[in-house]
Amino acid sequence: MKSFLRLLALLVFVGALVAWFGTGANRGWTKTSEPVKTMDDVTGIEGITYQKRFVPGLDFLGASMLGAGLLTGVSFLFRNQNHPTKTAS
Amino acid sequence: MKIKSKLLTLFASTVVTGAALAAPLSFDFKDPKGVNNAVFKLDAPLEAINGSANGISGTVLFDPANPAATKGKIVLATESLTVPNTMMNGHMHSPMWMDVAANKEITFEAKALKNVKTAGDKTTADAMGTLTIKGVAKEVTTPISLTYLKDKLGQRVPNMKGDLLVIRTSFTIKRSDYGINPQAPEEKISDKIELTLSIAGAAAQK
Repeated sequence: MKSFLRLLALLVFVGALVAWFGTGANRGWTKTSEPVKTMDDVTGIEGITYQKRFVPGLDFLGASMLGAGLLTGVSFLFRNQNHPTKTAS
Repeated sequence: MKIKSKLLTLFASTVVTGAALAAPLSFDFKDPKGVNNAVFKLDAPLEAINGSANGISGTVLFDPANPAATKGKIVLATESLTVPNTMMNGHMHSPMWMDVAANKEITFEAKALKNVKTAGDKTTADAMGTLTIKGVAKEVTTPISLTYLKDKLGQRVPNMKGDLLVIRTSFTIKRSDYGINPQAPEEKISDKIELTLSIAGAAAQK
């Protein structure tokens, strides 16, 4: 159990980092949609529409780190498995 | 006698045509293409918030021969205010912030233009008017540019004839002046809101 929790914590940590870097390392808040700009040729106005897209931000990264830390912390509550030790007779 | 009658007819038609030409054109800013937008930015030391809104309508009276006489009202539907985070969007629309349920519109009513300069189809000026946000009305003066695009409506909206008027403006207001959660800490949510408006209105020929 101890090893499982630590492995899970590592997966959460690495997964969050990969997701954050992979979507452009957004240093703001997590976005659930992204503005898309389109130019109107006649007036020269840039129109803005929103496309649904999940872009993790620093809050996502922080929450993931906290989660990984908690998992690691909880893993310390489990004892090491007792292996019978051989005693010299 | 016939010549006199013809001259009178010619004079009358000239007067009528002249009056029609001198009349200001009424531009409708409800954009069928949904391109018209207002962008807002709050840049606090700890947090930057950017968003936009496209629920724009209103009417502006513009006389190409006398741009200084421009008057009108632009309306922004508060429900269309959008930021890219769903949770923040909910907060922004809530009673503590914009209270969109009770305050459905933001309006700017231009009453007069000053420092008017026209070059070709472009006019720049300072627009004086009343800005109403969350029920608080304040007199503001904002620099604007007006670009008159004669006979360009057909290029934008097929099967229609008429003119376009593009208005651009950028100015800053204080959140606390309009009662938008004035208690919110300024290091997280800036008190200054930068507003940029880029809108096009159409005057269709009847």
